[in-house]
Amino acid sequence: MEWETVIGCEIHTQLATKSKIFSGAATAYGAEPNTQACAVDLGLPGVLPVLNKEAVRMAVMFGLAVNAEIGKRSVFARKNYFYPDLPKGYQISQFELPIVGKGELSIELEDGQSKVVGITRAHLEEDAGKSLHEDFHGMTGIDLNRAGTPLLEIVSDPDMRSGKEAAAYMRKVHSLVTCLGICDGNLQEGSFRCDVNVSVRPKGQAEYGTRAEIKNLNSFRFVEKAVEYEVARQIAIIEGGGKVVQETRLFDADKGETRSMRSKEEANDYRYFPDPDLLPVVIEDDFIEALRATLPELPDARKLRFIEAFGLSAYDAAFLTGSRELGDYFEAVAKATGEAKLAANWVMGELSAALNRADTGIADSPISAVQLAGLIARIKDNTISGKIAKEVFEAMWNGEGDADQVIDKKGLKQITDSGAIEAIIDEVLANNAAQVDNYRNAEPDKRGKMIGFFVGQVMKASQGKANPGQVNQLLKAKLDG
Amino acid sequence: MALEREDVHTIAHLARLAIEDEDVPAYAENLSNILALVEQMSAVDTRGVEPMAHPLAMVQRLREDEVTEENQREHFQQHAPAVENGLYLVPKVIE
Repeated sequence: MEWETVIGCEIHTQLATKSKIFSGAATAYGAEPNTQACAVDLGLPGVLPVLNKEAVRMAVMFGLAVNAEIGKRSVFARKNYFYPDLPKGYQISQFELPIVGKGELSIELEDGQSKVVGITRAHLEEDAGKSLHEDFHGMTGIDLNRAGTPLLEIVSDPDMRSGKEAAAYMRKVHSLVTCLGICDGNLQEGSFRCDVNVSVRPKGQAEYGTRAEIKNLNSFRFVEKAVEYEVARQIAIIEGGGKVVQETRLFDADKGETRSMRSKEEANDYRYFPDPDLLPVVIEDDFIEALRATLPELPDARKLRFIEAFGLSAYDAAFLTGSRELGDYFEAVAKATGEAKLAANWVMGELSAALNRADTGIADSPISAVQLAGLIARIKDNTISGKIAKEVFEAMWNGEGDADQVIDKKGLKQITDSGAIEAIIDEVLANNAAQVDNYRNAEPDKRGKMIGFFVGQVMKASQGKANPGQVNQLLKAKLDG
Repeated sequence: MALEREDVHTIAHLARLAIEDEDVPAYAENLSNILALVEQMSAVDTRGVEPMAHPLAMVQRLREDEVTEENQREHFQQHAPAVENGLYLVPKVIE
């Protein structure tokens, strides 16, 4: 039987506010346990939550970016459940009246096509704390620093049909929230995490199959892998005559499989009701229009501009608009050098590879856009060859200075003086008399291949510094002439 | 709608309340009475009435995004039964 996969995503984005959603405690990552958990975050009696204006602004910005209806009147509700990292016994969230309503965004598929994915809603809520289950004499340690951190939960329609599409959707939302500056997008620190709902159904069937929810995926690759595993698991169950159980599952990245999260799953009964501590949030049209005016150029628009203004391929443009920082970096290099294609190649090639190896992002690149532009300028004006440029890049990455300083210090300047190159060629030819004879006795159509040997020798003798074009030309003249 | 014993136990469990078996019938009756009152109110025609989210006809005030709280961990943790390395300790919650 042919199966169809149906996927919907819930993405939790941590909003990049300085203080928490309902209290004045700091949200900075990595602080000593419980040093950023105030009376409101601890749920002590008598405290009152007061909503952070910036969290509201950020939520509305997202709504505008996905063309959504903005909830003019939205309501906070209590979602009740028991867990010790949720000291109040409920999470303040939104239920019936979220701040962002129906919207949509488009994702890019591998074949170059794009696809529109519906946004069901996005709502504001507070994050919970962290439970540490390591050994505390058989007890659990609780750090409430994260409790009360503002989250925007973005819920998609069940529009994705493969793990690749789910990953593309997650990437798109990531590029959008980082472009808007409402989330730092740090996947390792949990600022951006995705729950995926996966089900399968016979192709052509209208009703959805029973779904499993895979929680807390914090990498694009994991989303793709988790979905692939889950789809195979569910199809095997159904084809084996069994039934898929609706449940929450976790993805084990080491084993590449999903597994059931709880042995005895209790039916969720959150008993939502409007939070009496918070009044309805009313958003005026003026506020929305003022924010619309501050929307930055969004990834889709920027991608189109990169294609048109810089002549980039759709693939390159999509890659370079993956995050605002990356786009800014590329644009700075392209404009400074006037060599967009070369700039794209270096940013997507050498630089991205080095950043990946160092497990760091473009914002922390040891080579600034100005410095990379300096290097590309030296390739462009023939001071160095592309090959030598990689060596210079290496040195720049290691903090040995700007391109000009490195070229100077290491004596890497390309040799373009014909006299100097001829001197090297003469020496190479004198040292390889036998090969020269072979060459001269060979048929002209074989010579093309044979000349490679001499080019290699000359480049080696010049320590890679001779201009390859000139070497070719001068060698030909000497050997043939 | 009358609540059964089972419902009372479920509600108590969700709220993590320890209740005595002998008190269950009384709880069931009290809670059922509350539900009966709500049912009675359901009889009122509310067409055209906008649902309220709060008894006060006011709008939520917003605060500026500023860090105003200082670290008072030691003060707060005086009330905790068990702490270690700055963490609150609670009975183990996973198997």
